[in-house]
Amino acid sequence: MITAWLMAGLLFTPLAWAVLCLLLDFSRGRLVSCLGITVQVLVSLGLWVAVAREGGFLYGLGGWEAPLGIELRVDGLAVTFILLTAIVAGACGLHASVYLAPDNAWYRYFWPLFWFLWAGLNGVWLGGDLFNLYVGLELLSLSAVGLVALGGGINALRASLRYLLAALLGSMAYLLGVALMYGQFGTLSIAGIASLLPETQALVGPGMAMALMLSGLALKTALFPLHGWLPPAHGIAKSPVSALLSALVVKASFYIAARLWLEFGHELGSTAVAQLIGGLGGAAVIWGSWLACRQSQLKQVVAYSSVAQIGYLFLLFPLTFAVSDTASLQAQQGMTLQVVSHALAKAAMFLAAGNLILATGSHQVAGLAGVSHFLPFSLFSFGLAGVSLMGMPPSGGFAAKWMLLQASLASGQWWWIVVLVAGSLLSAAYVFRIYQASFVAKTGVDDFYHPPGSLEVIPLLLALMSLGLALVAEPLLSVMALSLETGGAP
Amino acid sequence: MTPSLLYAFAGAGLCGIGMFGFIQLRHLLRKLLAFNLIGSGTFLVLVGLAQHGQGPDAVPQALVLTGIVVSIAATALAIVLIRRYFHLSGHTSLEADDSDSGQGGAE
Repeated sequence: MITAWLMAGLLFTPLAWAVLCLLLDFSRGRLVSCLGITVQVLVSLGLWVAVAREGGFLYGLGGWEAPLGIELRVDGLAVTFILLTAIVAGACGLHASVYLAPDNAWYRYFWPLFWFLWAGLNGVWLGGDLFNLYVGLELLSLSAVGLVALGGGINALRASLRYLLAALLGSMAYLLGVALMYGQFGTLSIAGIASLLPETQALVGPGMAMALMLSGLALKTALFPLHGWLPPAHGIAKSPVSALLSALVVKASFYIAARLWLEFGHELGSTAVAQLIGGLGGAAVIWGSWLACRQSQLKQVVAYSSVAQIGYLFLLFPLTFAVSDTASLQAQQGMTLQVVSHALAKAAMFLAAGNLILATGSHQVAGLAGVSHFLPFSLFSFGLAGVSLMGMPPSGGFAAKWMLLQASLASGQWWWIVVLVAGSLLSAAYVFRIYQASFVAKTGVDDFYHPPGSLEVIPLLLALMSLGLALVAEPLLSVMALSLETGGAP
Repeated sequence: MTPSLLYAFAGAGLCGIGMFGFIQLRHLLRKLLAFNLIGSGTFLVLVGLAQHGQGPDAVPQALVLTGIVVSIAATALAIVLIRRYFHLSGHTSLEADDSDSGQGGAE
Protein backbone atom coordinates (compact mmCIF):
# COMPACT_ATOMS: atom_id res chain seq x y z
CA MET A 1 0.00 0.00 0.00
CA ILE A 2 2.82 2.36 0.84
CA THR A 3 4.19 1.88 -2.68
CA ALA A 4 0.89 3.09 -4.15
CA TRP A 5 1.23 6.29 -2.13
CA LEU A 6 4.81 6.69 -3.31
CA MET A 7 3.68 6.39 -6.93
CA ALA A 8 0.89 8.92 -6.55
CA GLY A 9 3.35 11.20 -4.74
CA LEU A 10 5.72 11.11 -7.69
CA LEU A 11 3.05 12.74 -9.83
CA PHE A 12 1.38 15.00 -7.31
CA THR A 13 4.44 16.48 -5.63
CA PRO A 14 5.75 18.11 -8.84
CA LEU A 15 2.29 19.38 -9.79
CA ALA A 16 1.67 20.80 -6.33
CA TRP A 17 5.12 22.40 -6.26
CA ALA A 18 4.56 23.90 -9.72
CA VAL A 19 1.40 25.66 -8.56
CA LEU A 20 3.04 26.71 -5.31
CA CYS A 21 6.09 28.17 -7.09
CA LEU A 22 3.83 30.10 -9.45
CA LEU A 23 2.84 32.21 -6.44
CA LEU A 24 6.40 32.94 -5.31
CA ASP A 25 9.30 34.96 -6.68
CA PHE A 26 12.56 33.35 -7.76
CA SER A 27 14.38 33.41 -4.41
CA ARG A 28 11.46 32.05 -2.39
CA GLY A 29 10.75 29.55 -5.13
CA ARG A 30 14.36 28.41 -4.80
CA LEU A 31 13.91 27.62 -1.10
CA VAL A 32 10.64 25.78 -1.68
CA SER A 33 12.06 23.90 -4.64
CA CYS A 34 15.12 22.69 -2.74
CA LEU A 35 12.70 21.13 -0.25
CA GLY A 36 10.69 19.64 -3.10
CA ILE A 37 13.80 18.18 -4.76
CA THR A 38 14.72 16.48 -1.49
CA VAL A 39 11.22 15.02 -1.21
CA GLN A 40 11.27 13.78 -4.80
CA VAL A 41 14.70 12.16 -4.49
CA LEU A 42 13.66 10.38 -1.27
CA VAL A 43 10.36 9.18 -2.75
CA SER A 44 12.10 7.93 -5.90
CA LEU A 45 14.66 6.07 -3.80
CA GLY A 46 11.83 4.58 -1.74
CA LEU A 47 10.00 3.36 -4.82
CA TRP A 48 13.23 1.94 -6.23
CA VAL A 49 13.83 -0.05 -3.06
CA ALA A 50 10.21 -1.23 -3.04
CA VAL A 51 10.36 -2.42 -6.65
CA ALA A 52 13.78 -4.02 -6.18
CA ARG A 53 12.29 -6.00 -3.29
CA GLU A 54 8.80 -6.86 -4.57
CA GLY A 55 8.88 -6.36 -8.35
CA GLY A 56 6.66 -4.16 -10.49
CA PHE A 57 2.94 -3.55 -10.09
CA LEU A 58 -0.09 -1.72 -11.45
CA TYR A 59 -1.99 1.00 -9.62
CA GLY A 60 -5.25 2.69 -10.56
CA LEU A 61 -5.02 6.34 -9.51
CA GLY A 62 -7.66 7.21 -6.91
CA GLY A 63 -9.20 3.75 -7.14
CA TRP A 64 -10.51 4.37 -10.67
CA GLU A 65 -9.80 1.53 -13.03
CA ALA A 66 -8.97 1.87 -16.73
CA PRO A 67 -10.32 2.88 -19.24
CA LEU A 68 -11.80 5.99 -17.58
CA GLY A 69 -9.36 6.09 -14.68
CA ILE A 70 -5.64 6.63 -14.97
CA GLU A 71 -3.73 3.42 -14.50
CA LEU A 72 -0.10 3.69 -13.49
CA ARG A 73 2.36 0.86 -13.96
CA VAL A 74 5.85 0.55 -12.63
CA ASP A 75 8.47 -2.06 -13.47
CA GLY A 76 12.23 -2.26 -13.12
CA LEU A 77 12.93 -0.13 -16.17
CA ALA A 78 10.42 2.58 -15.22
CA VAL A 79 11.72 2.84 -11.67
CA THR A 80 15.30 3.09 -12.92
CA PHE A 81 14.33 6.02 -15.12
CA ILE A 82 12.42 7.61 -12.25
CA LEU A 83 15.50 7.47 -10.07
CA LEU A 84 17.63 8.79 -12.94
CA THR A 85 15.18 11.67 -13.40
CA ALA A 86 15.31 12.49 -9.71
CA ILE A 87 19.12 12.59 -9.72
CA VAL A 88 19.59 14.54 -12.95
CA ALA A 89 16.67 16.95 -12.54
CA GLY A 90 17.60 17.51 -8.90
CA ALA A 91 21.18 18.32 -9.89
CA CYS A 92 20.04 20.66 -12.67
CA GLY A 93 17.60 22.38 -10.31
CA LEU A 94 20.30 22.97 -7.69
CA HIS A 95 22.69 24.21 -10.37
CA ALA A 96 20.04 26.55 -11.77
CA SER A 97 19.30 27.95 -8.31
CA VAL A 98 22.84 29.36 -8.24
CA TYR A 99 23.39 29.85 -11.97
CA LEU A 100 20.32 31.97 -12.77
CA ALA A 101 20.46 35.54 -11.52
CA PRO A 102 17.43 36.36 -9.37
CA ASP A 103 17.29 39.95 -10.64
CA ASN A 104 15.87 38.92 -14.04
CA ALA A 105 12.09 39.16 -13.60
CA TRP A 106 11.43 36.39 -16.12
CA TYR A 107 13.25 33.78 -14.06
CA ARG A 108 10.47 33.59 -11.49
CA TYR A 109 8.74 31.35 -14.03
CA PHE A 110 11.67 28.94 -14.06
CA TRP A 111 10.50 26.94 -11.04
CA PRO A 112 6.89 26.34 -12.13
CA LEU A 113 8.10 25.22 -15.58
CA PHE A 114 10.78 23.05 -14.01
CA TRP A 115 8.21 21.26 -11.85
CA PHE A 116 5.73 20.81 -14.70
CA LEU A 117 8.57 19.30 -16.71
CA TRP A 118 9.33 16.87 -13.90
CA ALA A 119 5.63 15.92 -13.59
CA GLY A 120 5.51 15.24 -17.33
CA LEU A 121 8.60 13.04 -17.15
CA ASN A 122 7.23 10.97 -14.27
CA GLY A 123 3.90 10.72 -16.09
CA VAL A 124 5.64 9.25 -19.14
CA TRP A 125 7.70 6.75 -17.13
CA LEU A 126 4.64 5.57 -15.19
CA GLY A 127 1.94 5.79 -17.86
CA GLY A 128 0.33 2.50 -18.83
CA ASP A 129 -1.91 3.55 -21.70
CA LEU A 130 -1.34 5.34 -24.96
CA PHE A 131 -3.42 8.42 -24.19
CA ASN A 132 -1.88 9.18 -20.80
CA LEU A 133 1.51 8.91 -22.44
CA TYR A 134 0.31 11.56 -24.91
CA VAL A 135 -0.76 13.88 -22.09
CA GLY A 136 2.55 13.38 -20.28
CA LEU A 137 4.43 14.04 -23.50
CA GLU A 138 2.52 17.27 -24.15
CA LEU A 139 3.05 18.55 -20.61
CA LEU A 140 6.73 17.82 -21.10
CA SER A 141 7.01 19.53 -24.48
CA LEU A 142 5.10 22.65 -23.52
CA SER A 143 7.12 23.24 -20.36
CA ALA A 144 10.36 22.48 -22.22
CA VAL A 145 9.49 25.07 -24.89
CA GLY A 146 8.70 27.58 -22.16
CA LEU A 147 12.06 26.92 -20.52
CA VAL A 148 13.93 27.45 -23.81
CA ALA A 149 12.20 30.78 -24.39
CA LEU A 150 12.62 31.91 -20.76
CA GLY A 151 14.15 35.36 -20.58
CA GLY A 152 15.71 35.05 -24.01
CA GLY A 153 15.98 37.40 -26.97
CA ILE A 154 14.99 36.98 -30.61
CA ASN A 155 17.22 34.00 -31.23
CA ALA A 156 15.93 32.13 -28.20
CA LEU A 157 12.35 32.82 -29.27
CA ARG A 158 13.02 31.65 -32.80
CA ALA A 159 14.64 28.45 -31.50
CA SER A 160 11.77 27.81 -29.11
CA LEU A 161 9.13 28.44 -31.78
CA ARG A 162 10.87 26.00 -34.09
CA TYR A 163 10.99 23.52 -31.23
CA LEU A 164 7.31 24.08 -30.44
CA LEU A 165 6.20 23.54 -34.05
CA ALA A 166 8.21 20.32 -34.33
CA ALA A 167 6.88 19.07 -30.99
CA LEU A 168 3.27 19.87 -31.89
CA LEU A 169 3.49 18.13 -35.27
CA GLY A 170 5.09 15.12 -33.57
CA SER A 171 2.38 14.84 -30.92
CA MET A 172 -0.40 15.21 -33.49
CA ALA A 173 1.03 12.36 -35.57
CA TYR A 174 1.25 10.30 -32.39
CA LEU A 175 -2.33 11.16 -31.38
CA LEU A 176 -3.65 10.23 -34.83
CA GLY A 177 -1.95 6.87 -34.41
CA VAL A 178 -3.60 6.49 -31.00
CA ALA A 179 -7.00 7.26 -32.56
CA LEU A 180 -6.50 4.55 -35.20
CA MET A 181 -5.39 2.06 -32.54
CA TYR A 182 -8.47 2.78 -30.42
CA GLY A 183 -10.72 2.49 -33.47
CA GLN A 184 -9.30 -0.95 -34.20
CA PHE A 185 -8.99 -2.48 -30.74
CA GLY A 186 -11.31 -0.45 -28.52
CA THR A 187 -8.67 -0.21 -25.81
CA LEU A 188 -5.80 2.13 -25.06
CA SER A 189 -3.78 -0.01 -22.69
CA ILE A 190 -0.47 -1.06 -24.23
CA ALA A 191 -0.66 -4.48 -22.62
CA GLY A 192 -4.27 -4.93 -23.81
CA ILE A 193 -3.42 -4.12 -27.42
CA ALA A 194 -0.37 -6.40 -27.29
CA SER A 195 -2.59 -9.29 -26.17
CA LEU A 196 -5.17 -8.60 -28.92
CA LEU A 197 -2.63 -8.26 -31.73
CA PRO A 198 -1.79 -11.95 -32.39
CA GLU A 199 -5.45 -12.75 -33.17
CA THR A 200 -5.97 -9.77 -35.44
CA GLN A 201 -6.19 -10.53 -39.15
CA ALA A 202 -6.21 -7.08 -40.76
CA LEU A 203 -2.90 -5.54 -39.79
CA VAL A 204 -3.04 -2.59 -42.22
CA GLY A 205 -4.80 -0.24 -39.79
CA PRO A 206 -2.59 -0.97 -36.77
CA GLY A 207 0.46 -0.93 -39.04
CA MET A 208 -0.42 2.57 -40.21
CA ALA A 209 -1.09 3.63 -36.62
CA MET A 210 2.30 2.27 -35.58
CA ALA A 211 4.02 4.11 -38.44
CA LEU A 212 2.31 7.38 -37.47
CA MET A 213 3.18 7.01 -33.79
CA LEU A 214 6.79 6.06 -34.47
CA SER A 215 7.37 8.91 -36.91
CA GLY A 216 5.82 11.42 -34.51
CA LEU A 217 8.01 10.15 -31.70
CA ALA A 218 11.09 10.14 -33.95
CA LEU A 219 10.46 13.82 -34.69
CA LYS A 220 10.19 14.55 -30.96
CA THR A 221 13.34 12.53 -30.22
CA ALA A 222 15.22 14.37 -33.01
CA LEU A 223 16.19 11.27 -34.95
CA PHE A 224 18.19 12.06 -38.10
CA PRO A 225 17.00 13.61 -40.49
CA LEU A 226 14.33 15.21 -38.24
CA HIS A 227 16.94 16.67 -35.85
CA GLY A 228 16.97 20.23 -37.24
CA TRP A 229 15.14 21.77 -34.29
CA LEU A 230 17.35 20.30 -31.55
CA PRO A 231 20.75 22.04 -31.81
CA PRO A 232 19.38 25.62 -31.86
CA ALA A 233 17.00 24.94 -28.96
CA HIS A 234 19.49 23.07 -26.80
CA GLY A 235 22.32 25.40 -27.73
CA ILE A 236 20.61 28.66 -26.87
CA ALA A 237 18.77 27.69 -23.68
CA LYS A 238 20.34 28.47 -20.32
CA SER A 239 22.83 25.75 -19.43
CA PRO A 240 20.79 24.01 -16.67
CA VAL A 241 17.83 23.99 -19.08
CA SER A 242 19.96 22.54 -21.89
CA ALA A 243 21.10 19.86 -19.49
CA LEU A 244 17.51 18.95 -18.60
CA LEU A 245 16.43 18.88 -22.24
CA SER A 246 19.32 16.81 -23.55
CA ALA A 247 19.54 14.45 -20.60
CA LEU A 248 15.86 13.72 -19.97
CA VAL A 249 13.29 15.28 -22.29
CA VAL A 250 14.38 13.60 -25.53
CA LYS A 251 14.61 10.27 -23.68
CA ALA A 252 10.91 10.39 -22.78
CA SER A 253 9.69 10.20 -26.38
CA PHE A 254 12.33 7.58 -27.14
CA TYR A 255 11.14 5.52 -24.15
CA ILE A 256 7.60 5.46 -25.57
CA ALA A 257 8.87 4.50 -29.04
CA ALA A 258 10.98 1.71 -27.55
CA ARG A 259 8.06 0.38 -25.51
CA LEU A 260 5.77 0.40 -28.54
CA TRP A 261 8.40 -1.44 -30.57
CA LEU A 262 9.08 -4.07 -27.91
CA GLU A 263 5.35 -4.71 -27.35
CA PHE A 264 3.96 -4.47 -30.90
CA GLY A 265 7.07 -4.85 -33.05
CA HIS A 266 6.79 -8.60 -33.49
CA GLU A 267 3.43 -8.33 -35.24
CA LEU A 268 3.59 -4.89 -36.80
CA GLY A 269 7.27 -4.49 -37.63
CA SER A 270 9.30 -5.90 -40.46
CA THR A 271 13.00 -6.38 -41.10
CA ALA A 272 12.98 -3.50 -43.57
CA VAL A 273 11.46 -1.08 -41.03
CA ALA A 274 13.84 -2.23 -38.30
CA GLN A 275 16.87 -1.82 -40.56
CA LEU A 276 15.61 1.56 -41.79
CA ILE A 277 15.23 2.95 -38.26
CA GLY A 278 18.60 1.50 -37.28
CA GLY A 279 20.12 3.01 -40.42
CA LEU A 280 18.74 6.45 -39.54
CA GLY A 281 20.20 6.01 -36.04
CA GLY A 282 23.55 5.08 -37.54
CA ALA A 283 23.43 8.09 -39.85
CA ALA A 284 22.62 10.27 -36.84
CA VAL A 285 25.71 8.95 -35.03
CA ILE A 286 28.05 9.74 -37.91
CA TRP A 287 26.44 13.00 -39.10
CA GLY A 288 25.86 14.41 -35.61
CA SER A 289 29.41 13.67 -34.48
CA TRP A 290 30.83 15.11 -37.70
CA LEU A 291 28.84 18.33 -37.28
CA ALA A 292 29.86 18.48 -33.61
CA CYS A 293 33.48 18.55 -34.75
CA ARG A 294 32.78 21.54 -36.96
CA GLN A 295 30.85 23.88 -34.62
CA SER A 296 32.47 27.08 -33.49
CA GLN A 297 30.29 27.53 -30.39
CA LEU A 298 30.88 25.43 -27.32
CA LYS A 299 27.24 24.58 -26.56
CA GLN A 300 26.52 23.77 -30.20
CA VAL A 301 29.26 21.12 -30.00
CA VAL A 302 27.50 19.55 -27.02
CA ALA A 303 24.07 19.84 -28.69
CA TYR A 304 25.21 18.08 -31.89
CA SER A 305 26.83 15.44 -29.72
CA SER A 306 23.31 14.80 -28.34
CA VAL A 307 22.02 14.17 -31.88
CA ALA A 308 24.76 11.56 -32.28
CA GLN A 309 24.21 9.90 -28.90
CA ILE A 310 20.45 9.64 -29.55
CA GLY A 311 21.34 7.77 -32.73
CA TYR A 312 22.88 4.93 -30.69
CA LEU A 313 19.55 4.42 -28.92
CA PHE A 314 17.78 3.65 -32.19
CA LEU A 315 20.08 0.68 -32.82
CA LEU A 316 17.68 -1.02 -30.40
CA PHE A 317 15.15 -1.45 -33.23
CA PRO A 318 17.12 -3.73 -35.59
CA LEU A 319 18.91 -5.46 -32.71
CA THR A 320 15.67 -6.67 -31.09
CA PHE A 321 13.78 -7.65 -34.25
CA ALA A 322 13.82 -11.31 -35.32
CA VAL A 323 16.96 -12.13 -33.34
CA SER A 324 17.67 -14.64 -30.57
CA ASP A 325 16.43 -13.85 -27.07
CA THR A 326 19.97 -13.41 -25.75
CA ALA A 327 20.84 -10.84 -28.42
CA SER A 328 17.57 -9.01 -27.84
CA LEU A 329 18.16 -8.90 -24.09
CA GLN A 330 21.70 -7.60 -24.60
CA ALA A 331 20.42 -4.90 -26.94
CA GLN A 332 17.79 -3.84 -24.39
CA GLN A 333 20.36 -3.72 -21.60
CA GLY A 334 22.71 -1.76 -23.85
CA MET A 335 19.93 0.69 -24.62
CA THR A 336 19.04 1.29 -20.97
CA LEU A 337 22.69 1.71 -20.00
CA GLN A 338 23.10 4.16 -22.89
CA VAL A 339 20.08 6.16 -21.71
CA VAL A 340 21.37 6.31 -18.13
CA SER A 341 25.00 7.02 -18.95
CA HIS A 342 24.19 9.58 -21.62
CA ALA A 343 21.76 11.36 -19.30
CA LEU A 344 24.39 11.64 -16.56
CA ALA A 345 27.26 12.51 -18.90
CA LYS A 346 25.35 15.00 -21.02
CA ALA A 347 23.89 16.79 -18.00
CA ALA A 348 27.42 17.03 -16.56
CA MET A 349 28.75 18.28 -19.88
CA PHE A 350 26.13 21.00 -20.35
CA LEU A 351 26.49 22.20 -16.75
CA ALA A 352 30.28 22.25 -17.09
CA ALA A 353 29.96 24.07 -20.42
CA GLY A 354 27.74 26.62 -18.66
CA ASN A 355 30.45 27.13 -16.03
CA LEU A 356 33.09 27.56 -18.73
CA ILE A 357 30.93 30.12 -20.54
CA LEU A 358 30.35 31.92 -17.26
CA ALA A 359 34.10 31.93 -16.62
CA THR A 360 35.31 33.04 -20.04
CA GLY A 361 32.35 35.23 -20.93
CA SER A 362 32.46 33.79 -24.46
CA HIS A 363 30.32 31.23 -26.27
CA GLN A 364 33.08 30.34 -28.71
CA VAL A 365 35.30 27.27 -28.54
CA ALA A 366 38.24 29.53 -29.37
CA GLY A 367 37.41 31.62 -26.28
CA LEU A 368 38.55 28.75 -24.06
CA ALA A 369 42.25 29.58 -24.53
CA GLY A 370 44.05 29.55 -21.19
CA VAL A 371 41.25 27.78 -19.34
CA SER A 372 43.32 24.67 -18.61
CA HIS A 373 45.82 26.74 -16.67
CA PHE A 374 43.47 28.87 -14.60
CA LEU A 375 40.29 26.79 -14.35
CA PRO A 376 41.36 23.13 -14.41
CA PHE A 377 38.40 22.10 -12.26
CA SER A 378 35.63 23.09 -14.71
CA LEU A 379 37.52 21.55 -17.58
CA PHE A 380 38.02 18.34 -15.61
CA SER A 381 34.25 17.68 -15.24
CA PHE A 382 33.78 18.39 -18.95
CA GLY A 383 36.52 15.91 -19.82
CA LEU A 384 35.24 13.18 -17.49
CA ALA A 385 31.81 13.43 -19.11
CA GLY A 386 33.54 13.27 -22.49
CA VAL A 387 35.23 10.01 -21.51
CA SER A 388 31.83 8.42 -21.01
CA LEU A 389 30.52 9.75 -24.32
CA MET A 390 33.56 8.34 -26.12
CA GLY A 391 32.86 4.99 -24.53
CA MET A 392 36.19 4.37 -22.81
CA PRO A 393 36.27 1.83 -19.96
CA PRO A 394 35.18 1.82 -17.15
CA SER A 395 32.52 4.41 -18.01
CA GLY A 396 28.81 3.75 -18.44
CA GLY A 397 29.13 4.64 -22.12
CA PHE A 398 31.66 1.81 -22.51
CA ALA A 399 29.34 -0.74 -20.88
CA ALA A 400 26.44 0.39 -23.10
CA LYS A 401 28.45 0.21 -26.32
CA TRP A 402 29.94 -3.13 -25.30
CA MET A 403 26.44 -4.58 -24.85
CA LEU A 404 25.30 -3.20 -28.21
CA LEU A 405 28.46 -4.59 -29.83
CA GLN A 406 27.80 -8.05 -28.40
CA ALA A 407 24.18 -7.88 -29.52
CA SER A 408 25.31 -6.98 -33.07
CA LEU A 409 27.73 -9.91 -33.11
CA ALA A 410 25.19 -12.34 -31.66
CA SER A 411 22.56 -11.38 -34.25
CA GLY A 412 25.02 -11.35 -37.15
CA GLN A 413 24.47 -7.68 -37.98
CA TRP A 414 28.14 -6.73 -38.15
CA TRP A 415 27.47 -3.41 -39.90
CA TRP A 416 26.36 -1.76 -36.66
CA ILE A 417 29.86 -2.38 -35.25
CA VAL A 418 31.23 -0.03 -37.91
CA VAL A 419 28.79 2.63 -36.65
CA LEU A 420 29.77 2.04 -33.01
CA VAL A 421 33.51 2.30 -33.69
CA ALA A 422 33.24 5.30 -36.03
CA GLY A 423 30.96 7.11 -33.57
CA SER A 424 33.41 6.59 -30.71
CA LEU A 425 36.34 7.87 -32.78
CA LEU A 426 34.43 10.95 -33.92
CA SER A 427 33.28 11.75 -30.38
CA ALA A 428 36.89 11.48 -29.23
CA ALA A 429 37.70 14.01 -31.94
CA TYR A 430 35.22 16.62 -30.75
CA VAL A 431 36.06 16.20 -27.08
CA PHE A 432 39.78 16.58 -27.81
CA ARG A 433 39.05 19.61 -29.94
CA ILE A 434 37.66 21.36 -26.85
CA TYR A 435 40.75 20.29 -24.93
CA GLN A 436 43.05 21.54 -27.65
CA ALA A 437 41.37 24.94 -27.58
CA SER A 438 41.63 25.18 -23.80
CA PHE A 439 45.32 24.19 -23.70
CA VAL A 440 46.32 27.05 -25.99
CA ALA A 441 48.56 29.16 -23.81
CA LYS A 442 47.30 32.66 -23.18
CA THR A 443 49.68 35.31 -22.06
CA GLY A 444 48.79 37.54 -19.18
CA VAL A 445 47.16 37.04 -15.86
CA ASP A 446 44.07 35.21 -14.70
CA ASP A 447 41.23 37.46 -15.87
CA PHE A 448 38.60 34.72 -15.72
CA TYR A 449 35.54 34.86 -13.53
CA HIS A 450 35.71 31.96 -11.06
CA PRO A 451 32.30 30.30 -10.62
CA PRO A 452 31.30 29.46 -7.04
CA GLY A 453 32.22 26.02 -5.75
CA SER A 454 28.65 24.70 -5.70
CA LEU A 455 28.41 25.24 -9.46
CA GLU A 456 31.62 23.28 -9.98
CA VAL A 457 30.78 20.36 -7.72
CA ILE A 458 27.45 19.39 -9.31
CA PRO A 459 28.74 18.57 -12.83
CA LEU A 460 31.73 16.81 -11.30
CA LEU A 461 29.45 14.51 -9.25
CA LEU A 462 27.29 13.73 -12.29
CA ALA A 463 30.36 13.01 -14.42
CA LEU A 464 31.78 10.71 -11.74
CA MET A 465 28.46 8.82 -11.57
CA SER A 466 28.47 8.36 -15.33
CA LEU A 467 32.09 7.22 -15.19
CA GLY A 468 31.48 4.69 -12.42
CA LEU A 469 28.29 3.32 -13.93
CA ALA A 470 29.95 0.24 -15.44
CA LEU A 471 31.17 -0.80 -11.98
CA VAL A 472 27.60 -1.00 -10.64
CA ALA A 473 26.05 -2.14 -13.92
CA GLU A 474 25.27 -5.65 -12.64
CA PRO A 475 22.94 -4.71 -9.75
CA LEU A 476 21.39 -1.94 -11.85
CA LEU A 477 20.64 -4.30 -14.72
CA SER A 478 19.15 -6.90 -12.39
CA VAL A 479 16.62 -4.34 -11.12
CA MET A 480 15.94 -3.07 -14.65
CA ALA A 481 15.07 -6.61 -15.72
CA LEU A 482 12.23 -6.91 -13.16
CA SER A 483 9.04 -7.05 -15.14
CA LEU A 484 5.41 -6.71 -14.11
CA GLU A 485 4.85 -10.47 -14.15
CA THR A 486 7.47 -11.26 -11.53
CA GLY A 487 5.90 -8.75 -9.18
CA GLY A 488 3.80 -9.39 -6.13
CA ALA A 489 0.14 -8.50 -5.74
CA PRO A 490 -0.94 -5.25 -7.41
CA MET B 1 -20.56 3.43 -45.42
CA THR B 2 -22.02 4.35 -42.05
CA PRO B 3 -22.33 8.01 -40.98
CA SER B 4 -19.73 7.53 -38.25
CA LEU B 5 -17.23 6.26 -40.79
CA LEU B 6 -17.98 9.36 -42.83
CA TYR B 7 -16.86 11.45 -39.84
CA ALA B 8 -13.65 9.47 -39.65
CA PHE B 9 -12.91 10.03 -43.34
CA ALA B 10 -13.72 13.74 -43.03
CA GLY B 11 -11.32 13.84 -40.08
CA ALA B 12 -8.60 12.16 -42.12
CA GLY B 13 -9.20 14.71 -44.90
CA LEU B 14 -8.91 17.61 -42.42
CA CYS B 15 -5.67 16.12 -41.11
CA GLY B 16 -4.30 16.00 -44.64
CA ILE B 17 -5.24 19.62 -45.37
CA GLY B 18 -3.80 20.74 -42.04
CA MET B 19 -0.58 18.81 -42.58
CA PHE B 20 -0.17 20.40 -46.01
CA GLY B 21 -0.74 23.86 -44.57
CA PHE B 22 1.57 23.24 -41.64
CA ILE B 23 4.45 22.39 -43.93
CA GLN B 24 3.65 24.75 -46.79
CA LEU B 25 2.67 28.02 -45.07
CA ARG B 26 5.31 30.40 -43.75
CA HIS B 27 3.27 32.82 -41.66
CA LEU B 28 3.45 31.62 -38.07
CA LEU B 29 -0.20 32.31 -37.25
CA ARG B 30 -1.29 30.36 -40.33
CA LYS B 31 0.94 27.50 -39.27
CA LEU B 32 -0.78 27.58 -35.89
CA LEU B 33 -4.22 27.52 -37.53
CA ALA B 34 -3.10 24.57 -39.63
CA PHE B 35 -2.03 22.81 -36.44
CA ASN B 36 -5.50 23.38 -34.99
CA LEU B 37 -6.99 21.94 -38.17
CA ILE B 38 -4.90 18.79 -37.75
CA GLY B 39 -6.07 18.63 -34.15
CA SER B 40 -9.75 18.88 -35.09
CA GLY B 41 -9.29 16.24 -37.76
CA THR B 42 -7.65 13.90 -35.26
CA PHE B 43 -10.51 14.37 -32.80
CA LEU B 44 -13.04 13.59 -35.54
CA VAL B 45 -11.17 10.39 -36.39
CA LEU B 46 -11.03 9.47 -32.71
CA VAL B 47 -14.79 9.91 -32.19
CA GLY B 48 -15.86 8.63 -35.62
CA LEU B 49 -13.84 5.43 -35.73
CA ALA B 50 -14.71 4.33 -32.22
CA GLN B 51 -18.48 3.89 -32.75
CA HIS B 52 -18.28 0.21 -33.72
CA GLY B 53 -22.00 0.20 -34.56
CA GLN B 54 -23.17 -0.17 -30.98
CA GLY B 55 -23.87 3.48 -30.31
CA PRO B 56 -21.67 6.20 -28.86
CA ASP B 57 -18.65 5.22 -26.80
CA ALA B 58 -17.91 7.36 -23.72
CA VAL B 59 -14.14 6.89 -23.68
CA PRO B 60 -13.24 8.76 -26.88
CA GLN B 61 -15.46 11.65 -25.80
CA ALA B 62 -13.47 11.94 -22.60
CA LEU B 63 -10.24 11.69 -24.59
CA VAL B 64 -11.30 14.41 -27.01
CA LEU B 65 -12.21 16.67 -24.10
CA THR B 66 -8.71 16.22 -22.68
CA GLY B 67 -7.24 16.64 -26.15
CA ILE B 68 -9.03 19.95 -26.62
CA VAL B 69 -7.68 21.24 -23.31
CA VAL B 70 -4.16 20.24 -24.31
CA SER B 71 -4.44 21.86 -27.72
CA ILE B 72 -5.82 25.09 -26.23
CA ALA B 73 -2.84 25.21 -23.89
CA ALA B 74 -0.46 24.62 -26.80
CA THR B 75 -2.18 27.27 -28.91
CA ALA B 76 -2.03 29.80 -26.09
CA LEU B 77 1.68 29.19 -25.55
CA ALA B 78 2.34 29.45 -29.28
CA ILE B 79 0.44 32.74 -29.53
CA VAL B 80 2.38 34.25 -26.64
CA LEU B 81 5.68 33.22 -28.22
CA ILE B 82 4.68 34.41 -31.70
CA ARG B 83 3.51 37.77 -30.33
CA ARG B 84 6.71 38.36 -28.41
CA TYR B 85 8.79 37.24 -31.40
CA PHE B 86 6.91 39.67 -33.63
CA HIS B 87 7.40 42.52 -31.17
CA LEU B 88 11.13 41.89 -30.90
CA SER B 89 11.95 41.09 -34.51
CA GLY B 90 9.11 42.47 -36.65
CA HIS B 91 8.96 39.20 -38.59
CA THR B 92 5.97 36.93 -38.96
CA SER B 93 7.85 33.87 -40.20
CA LEU B 94 10.85 31.94 -38.99
CA GLU B 95 12.67 31.75 -42.32
CA ALA B 96 12.62 35.48 -42.97
CA ASP B 97 16.07 36.10 -41.57
CA ASP B 98 17.96 32.88 -41.60
CA SER B 99 20.72 34.82 -43.27
CA ASP B 100 21.79 36.46 -40.01
CA SER B 101 23.79 34.61 -37.39
CA GLY B 102 21.03 32.02 -36.90
CA GLN B 103 21.85 30.71 -33.49
CA GLY B 104 24.14 33.50 -32.44
CA GLY B 105 25.30 34.05 -28.89
CA ALA B 106 22.79 34.58 -26.13
CA GLU B 107 22.00 37.92 -24.68
